[in-house]
Amino acid sequence: MPMRIKLRDGNLYPAEDPFTTLADDQDLVPGDVILSLSRFQAEGDRLLSEGRAVGVRLKSDEEVEALAYDLPRIAVVALEFPKFRDGRPYSSARILRERFGYAGEVRAVGDVLREQAHFMLRCGFDAFEPADGTGAQQWEAATRRFRHVYQRAADGRTPAFAEREA
Amino acid sequence: MYRYDNIDKAFVADRTAEFREQVERRLAGEITEDQFKPIRLLNGLYLQLHAYMLRIAIPYGTLNAAKLRKLAWIAKTYDQGYGHFTTRTNLQLHWIKLRDAPQILEHLAEVEMHSMQTSGNTIRNVTADPYAGATADELDDPRVWAEAIRQWSTLHPEFSFLPRKFKIAVTAAAKDRAATKIYDIGLAMRRGRNGELGFEVMVGGGLGRTPYLGSTIREFLPTRHLLSYLEAILRVYNRYGRRDNIWKARIKVLVASLGAEEFGRQVEAEWAKADHERTDLPDTELARIRAEFTPQFETLSPRSEALERAKAGDAAFARFLRHNVHPHKAPGYALVDVSLKTPGLTPGDITSEQMNVVADLAERFSLDELRVNYNQNLILPHVKLDDVPAVHAALAAAGLATPNMDLISDIIACPGLDYCALANARAIPIAQHIAERFADPVRAEQVGELKIKISGCINACGHHHVGHIGILGVDKKGEEFYQLTLGGSGEEDASLGQMLGPALPADKVTDAIEQMVEVYLRERKDGERFLDTFRRTGVTPFKEAVYADAH
Repeated sequence: MPMRIKLRDGNLYPAEDPFTTLADDQDLVPGDVILSLSRFQAEGDRLLSEGRAVGVRLKSDEEVEALAYDLPRIAVVALEFPKFRDGRPYSSARILRERFGYAGEVRAVGDVLREQAHFMLRCGFDAFEPADGTGAQQWEAATRRFRHVYQRAADGRTPAFAEREA
Repeated sequence: MYRYDNIDKAFVADRTAEFREQVERRLAGEITEDQFKPIRLLNGLYLQLHAYMLRIAIPYGTLNAAKLRKLAWIAKTYDQGYGHFTTRTNLQLHWIKLRDAPQILEHLAEVEMHSMQTSGNTIRNVTADPYAGATADELDDPRVWAEAIRQWSTLHPEFSFLPRKFKIAVTAAAKDRAATKIYDIGLAMRRGRNGELGFEVMVGGGLGRTPYLGSTIREFLPTRHLLSYLEAILRVYNRYGRRDNIWKARIKVLVASLGAEEFGRQVEAEWAKADHERTDLPDTELARIRAEFTPQFETLSPRSEALERAKAGDAAFARFLRHNVHPHKAPGYALVDVSLKTPGLTPGDITSEQMNVVADLAERFSLDELRVNYNQNLILPHVKLDDVPAVHAALAAAGLATPNMDLISDIIACPGLDYCALANARAIPIAQHIAERFADPVRAEQVGELKIKISGCINACGHHHVGHIGILGVDKKGEEFYQLTLGGSGEEDASLGQMLGPALPADKVTDAIEQMVEVYLRERKDGERFLDTFRRTGVTPFKEAVYADAH
């Protein structure tokens, strides 16, 4: 089974990935699947009624608002970084967590590098498919680099201004 | 000035350690230059024509003696003994070795400095009115808000991979010394009907290939909501700014394509959905920051006999007073400009020795404070009038007292083709040549306020679009040519310059400037600046004078 890095109880671990990501022209396989937005809209109801866990993979120009109504039954939202410097998925992740209160998995896919680990974790991503061959240990180190942060985001960390008040 | 607490110190230390590891991975060949580039750019390290360039952040242009001495020492130890102040009030060192960069960052951290977010598609170092805390015409000290923005924008998790770079400027005075209308976001403080303070929020200003002045999307934002509102603007931009074309990726293009009204509507809609309390600073934190910006002024007479005596016997000092010394809000104090515009030298350059002189003066005579302005000069913001003669003498001895602030030889110029890999043409020699032509201080004073701004390429780091006379270097079949524009301003009367005519070869530029100055002196009416005369007469008389030979 393929692996991904998963956040659990504040730590990052290598974890087996039970989901199969299906391209739009790919035949259905048994088990849990991640689909494109359009395929989810066409086939999601049926697959969910079969008792599968279903995830949706959004391109960086697709708005998370399109999923708002379906979020309670979506197990994974995979946000795609076509290039590491495309920063739109960070906004998408925060909106999922902070505005919609989404509690399922938010997975970073595509051009995912450990240099982004800190930002991704802060924006609410909790699963990662690194494209640079790095593993959970390196990601763990990258996300623990900064002892303090200056903003409230989706990760629950206390920002500097609140630390100072305490 | 703001002093780091343990949290700020730990943050910069963590960042420095991270960069050291990243550089080690690069030097060991574990990552390629392509992979390293975005990493070094998040720490202000550029690869230029001859060497690495390190751009050191000077938040809202504020320095003290310890910081400037450290910069002097770094420039001497790791560079060629000088630095270059930019129109973004940062300091650039142009001859850096990659292996030294982590060590330099550690030295900077010792004096609470860094180079974070001076490059890359991030929220860049924030700028503010260089007269902050010293001028009578401000509603509040803008540095309080600039510092709040500095912290909020530092390694912002959502906005570190924007479509393009993003610059914010803050002023709290009616006179705009921070060029807020040419910034991605310009914030100008206003007083509301009930006496409350707020910001006029301008968005989408910027120069470069397609220049725009900012549009006001909100007339009055209560100051306490500054950060949540900025977050809404940045989110709309991060999501909808163009990413397919680097030349269309700045927020100004999004604002122009949607229209400022629609863009503002989207920001308001986003802001309405946000939980402001999570983002806006609590009053206690604002009070903590504010307490860092309260210099103690002595009670002094508004008139200094010592200064008057010195002025009476010394025409050069009197001229320095007229152009380089400005009224302070506290009686008996003045702001004193330190000119980095000696005719014949590189605008904005300063040697390590000069930095040490200025640092000593700041410590001794200016409550240990210094400012950098976007005209690439320094300011001693709190000098007692009694001390101005001594400060002038020390500056003059160090070659820093040219009495030319806002005059024709106070030229803004980017580093241009002498250093920069993006440039099409040189900017520095053009500036030097013009300044030398007008080096006579009597003549320069007769001409009066005239702001020349020179960029070596269309990226417009030299602000040429908003120069009273703007000069843009272009490449014509391998030769350097210069496109002149007239009538720009980056201040509260902001406007974009108008094209004069066909580009000129390098050796014709200074003559053209002189011809236009002659036209101005001939046409001007009482009290008119060059800009005022141009606005009244239009481009025609200037054009006729410069291109007379061509007819």
